[in-house]
Amino acid sequence: MFTSWSLIRFGTILIYLFMFAPVAVVVLLSFNANQFGSFPMEGLSLRWFVALLENKAIVRAFQTSLLLGALTAVISTTLGVLGSLAMVRYDFPGKSLIATALIAPILVPEVVLAVALLLFLGAMGMPKSFPLLLAGHVIFTLPFVVLVVQARLVAVKREYEEAAMSLGAGPIETFFQITLPLILPAVLAGGLFAFTISFDDITGTLFWKPGGVETVPTQIFAMLRNSISPEINALGTVMIVITVALPLLSAGVARQLTRKQK
Amino acid sequence: MTDHAVELKSVVKRYGDFTAVHDTNLGIPEGSFLTLLGPSGCGKTTTLRMIAGLTGITEGDILIKGRRVNDLPIHKRNLGIVFQNYALFPHRTVQQNVAFGLKYRNTPKDEAERRVREALELVQLPQMADRMPSQLSGGQQQRIALARAIVIQPDVLLLDEPLSALDANLREDMRIELKRIQHTLGITTVFVTHDQSEALAMSDRIVVMSAGHVEQVGSPEEVYNRPASEFVAGFLGNSNILSGKVMDIAGPVAKLELDGLGPVLAATDGVGRTLSTGETVKVSIRAEKLMLDGADPAGDDISTFPGTVTTVDYQGQVARYFLESGGLTLQAINTIDERPLQEGTETAIRIRARDCVVLPH
Repeated sequence: MFTSWSLIRFGTILIYLFMFAPVAVVVLLSFNANQFGSFPMEGLSLRWFVALLENKAIVRAFQTSLLLGALTAVISTTLGVLGSLAMVRYDFPGKSLIATALIAPILVPEVVLAVALLLFLGAMGMPKSFPLLLAGHVIFTLPFVVLVVQARLVAVKREYEEAAMSLGAGPIETFFQITLPLILPAVLAGGLFAFTISFDDITGTLFWKPGGVETVPTQIFAMLRNSISPEINALGTVMIVITVALPLLSAGVARQLTRKQK
Repeated sequence: MTDHAVELKSVVKRYGDFTAVHDTNLGIPEGSFLTLLGPSGCGKTTTLRMIAGLTGITEGDILIKGRRVNDLPIHKRNLGIVFQNYALFPHRTVQQNVAFGLKYRNTPKDEAERRVREALELVQLPQMADRMPSQLSGGQQQRIALARAIVIQPDVLLLDEPLSALDANLREDMRIELKRIQHTLGITTVFVTHDQSEALAMSDRIVVMSAGHVEQVGSPEEVYNRPASEFVAGFLGNSNILSGKVMDIAGPVAKLELDGLGPVLAATDGVGRTLSTGETVKVSIRAEKLMLDGADPAGDDISTFPGTVTTVDYQGQVARYFLESGGLTLQAINTIDERPLQEGTETAIRIRARDCVVLPH
């Protein structure tokens, strides 16, 4: 007999199935020995992963994505922490305007932001380049860092910093000795957000990337236009592992750090 | 003046149109324990923060050990501060917390260790060095915060309501403890509180503040027995504020005609000026100085009125009575011998001249 609760449970299961079944299929098929990525599977094989490693274009795209993601994370986190400090600890004219501007990139549709930056660069007469692609990624990962770090910073009482300064620590020493360790979990989480968002991004990257440069998502996109190669399944699996394992890992690290503070 | 560890000269603090602290002059003698007392919003914490350098000053000068510190940032002022919520660094052990300030004073490692140990012994928690702050009780955190502030041998110790987060019993113990430590070290201390009993118990001098003004500066006895204003009289303890007219003056005692009550002898030594006959004045009489039947004082300076007990607030050792007399409601707190007076009892109310204090304004 169907009660309303079991109906909800059934619906929930279906929704999750709909969300995760394709992911499972991609992962399964990446181990398929068959030339054509379809069921039924004809034996297990790692040949598509080997093919990935031998595909120069994919390896290069991977390197680009990792470098881009890492740089985006470092720059975004640094700027985000500085911005959050300004927003939470200081008062200055135009503060609310700047606060809005900092968050705006996640409110504006990405494609609008992408076109706008592209047009702006065109108007400035600047050619597309890797640093500009990086700048683009920083712009739309920054709000995530700011939001996460700000929330944590608000919870860190000003008295800790005042106590450190009363004991003789200057403002910079106070930041590194007291403030940064206390907001570190949020800083790491923010950096990780920035990395995964950058690593995952396709819309902005398609507009901003200079010719000849491919990231993993744009590389997959390009490969899909020709045919659906089983290599793509393998590549998808690798990306899933990276984007799932990294947050889990850092959540573990953050929990460890927080436990030490308690 | 060099015997003042801290001096405030015409200090003013404004936030936009709002004046948090009005023209304040204050000298804190070396080695003394001074309390800034007042209700919340009176400017006492702002004053403390200005001395600390955590808040800028709008006008005037602040001198610490004779040196003008207006533009000296907090980390160069050599002050020890204990915050209301202790502000122990949660990611550092007790040892690291206490040693924090020594790092910035280039103290050699073995000397630093010795001083941390001594500080922890002084606050009676030498065994806690390796704990994290979260593993300590509120009272213990309080002591560690104090140890961290005094280990750097500050010129001035600033305490911002350090006892208000503790429960009542602990607060009374810490009050004695804090005074003992302050006395042992002979360190100039500025203590901020809204709790009159803390102020009276611990201070050498009390500064009573209200709405950004200093109402009175004096020893605990002076502030309690000779309030300089209606506010001070009302803020410390339970007082009856009455108004009347000066009829006759004889040295330190004046004969007044109190509205509703009639003639009374009153002390005028707290006024600081000569009263004139016919002048209208206010007097303050402490509730515990109104003596009812059963507490019969002797002397020739006693004024007596009839009154009726309307409400009895029995508290065991003492009882607080509300009395009706001459159309006025008076408060009296008397110790109880056997049982308190009953409601509706007619009683005599007696006041000694020295307990009936004429207020300056």
